[in-house]
Amino acid sequence: MIGLPYYLVVGSILFGIGAFGTVTRRNAIAVLLSVELMLNAANLNFLAFWRFLTPAAMEPHLFVLIGLTVAAAEAAIGLAIVLNVYREYGTVNLDQIAELRG
Amino acid sequence: MRPGVLIFWLLAVPMVACALLVITSRNPLRSALFLVAHMLLLAGMFLSLSAQYVAAVQVVVYAGAIMVLFVFVIMLLNLGGAQKMDAAGLGWALGIAMSLGLAALFVGTGVWKSGLHAGKATAKTLAQGGTAQAVGFALFDPELPWLFPFEVASIVLLMAAVGAIVLAKRKL
Repeated sequence: MIGLPYYLVVGSILFGIGAFGTVTRRNAIAVLLSVELMLNAANLNFLAFWRFLTPAAMEPHLFVLIGLTVAAAEAAIGLAIVLNVYREYGTVNLDQIAELRG
Repeated sequence: MRPGVLIFWLLAVPMVACALLVITSRNPLRSALFLVAHMLLLAGMFLSLSAQYVAAVQVVVYAGAIMVLFVFVIMLLNLGGAQKMDAAGLGWALGIAMSLGLAALFVGTGVWKSGLHAGKATAKTLAQGGTAQAVGFALFDPELPWLFPFEVASIVLLMAAVGAIVLAKRKL
């Protein structure tokens, strides 16, 4: 079986890709997709640490399940907000939605 | 090459490639479909870590329910075509610096704290793994404090469902 550092590196690369997409994409839906990438990377890290460091404890699974619940809630609320923004502004480009900018 | 190592690379390389395609595709629908592929490969990786229950939930909830919601909204807003929406110049450079810094930080601390050759997985724990039975016993054990967070998670879901309906409906 391959070692823990490999999983950590893959998880970190995925998180980095998600973070990059979150700050550079200007499409609101693409930003939400990038956030999902970051949540997935965190889940991979939880399970990799469980497998290699604390195989007897089941808590990492519970963290992943609750994180998944929060991700589902976030997707539902986020997409509802995107729908409303699209109705109000006719676009999902985050640079054109700058009403709150001072 | 041992089969475990081969399986890891067969999953990891396409997974990172799919993640890159998610953020580089101009078409949001294509991004969403690459994210589905990414999540299926990630479920395979969870299986290779013998977290069977979480792998199944990943396929059903993430690749199934959440991504259907995304695709549904993309179709509803008719965003299927290519969208030219990206930060440029300084924002791009900052994004690269930030993501590389975060990735290096996570790899550094993880490897530093756990050591390069960490690994206590024995044949017994591998065989037991994260089956639905094992996860369920941990979740509903009255000796452990996880039952209450589980119930709170259901309230979070209920609030999200009600909130999404209130937000998305034009007139209640």
